[in-house]
Amino acid sequence: VRCIKCQEKAVTEIRRHNAAFCCEHFLEYFDNQVVRNIRRHSMCDEGNQILMAVSGGKDSLALWDLLIRLGYRTTGLHVQLGIDGYSSKGHAASRQFAEQHQVQLITVDLARDYGMTVPELSRTLGRAPCSACGLSRRYVFNREALEGGFDIVATGHNLDDEAATLLGNVLHWQIGYLGHQSPILESTHPRLVRRIKPLYTLTEKETATYCLLKGIAYHAEECPNSAGARSLLYKDVLNRVERASPGAKQSFVRGFLERARPTFDNESVELKECIVCGQPTTARTCSFCRMWDRARSLRKAKRSREA
Amino acid sequence: MKVVIRNPRRRELELAGQRKVGQLIDELDLNPESVIVVRGDELLTRDDLLRDSDTVEIISAISGG
Repeated sequence: VRCIKCQEKAVTEIRRHNAAFCCEHFLEYFDNQVVRNIRRHSMCDEGNQILMAVSGGKDSLALWDLLIRLGYRTTGLHVQLGIDGYSSKGHAASRQFAEQHQVQLITVDLARDYGMTVPELSRTLGRAPCSACGLSRRYVFNREALEGGFDIVATGHNLDDEAATLLGNVLHWQIGYLGHQSPILESTHPRLVRRIKPLYTLTEKETATYCLLKGIAYHAEECPNSAGARSLLYKDVLNRVERASPGAKQSFVRGFLERARPTFDNESVELKECIVCGQPTTARTCSFCRMWDRARSLRKAKRSREA
Repeated sequence: MKVVIRNPRRRELELAGQRKVGQLIDELDLNPESVIVVRGDELLTRDDLLRDSDTVEIISAISGG
């Protein structure tokens, strides 16, 4: 297989674009996709302070690397989840990247800063770890961005993530979520920081390829809690469709954004400030504070019983 | 050839006889949309020929959660 640009030996094929690229032209393609996404949706400009949500995995490190190279002002934010044998490796990869690129990395440790790891939180509440984890991460991203004076939170969501989320929302007709799924989540409240997903047209295979070609040491292990996760099932199904019908994933997401999403675009809900922490919420107390308050109460009660 | 699969759990296979990358992926019942095949520092595409003396790594590109 030869590069369609220079006829050198290709390092990857991208069947949905009927293309194959050598190392140099793949990196050019990757850069162009991200630059085009940023421009198309006016995601950010050179004056913005961007908080890059970094897990240490391929997607977030690939995006961080590219944003730095494109001259954006970025600071990394890693949320240490405390998942045994997993979280520390993601943190190490994030730290290593920050040191190599001489950029700042903020670490929020859920156990140190809020009192429990994700597994402890999950056990205490009797709640699936992924929902407690996702809620906590989204909260921390916004809070740290707001308190640190950042204009934007960037996340490494890719085409596979967006297609899998879309499939899940369509299967269950989650109209509210469908109305809000977008590569850019605007700030609809003074305390809600806008979020951007500049990788949303690039597949996971392409972000992994980018990291391998650039020598970025990412954390490749799968979260132990993701075994059996619906998102993995949806990604597998979508990749089977993609294999038989190249371009299906992109067409699914792009078609939704261009043609279907506007019909789901419900009026924005009114946000107010949480009476406990001041973060934006639709209720008096935000779901993060409610969850953590309940977890702390349950733990205290358990300790009292044990004593 | 030695094949190291990280999908995401690591396992190793020994296979005899040369074949193309695309054939190897088919034999292992993997989806080329979700894996990357690497020989040393070299990223391979479906028509690259693998020899008995090669060690190749198959990396899963899919992460969930």
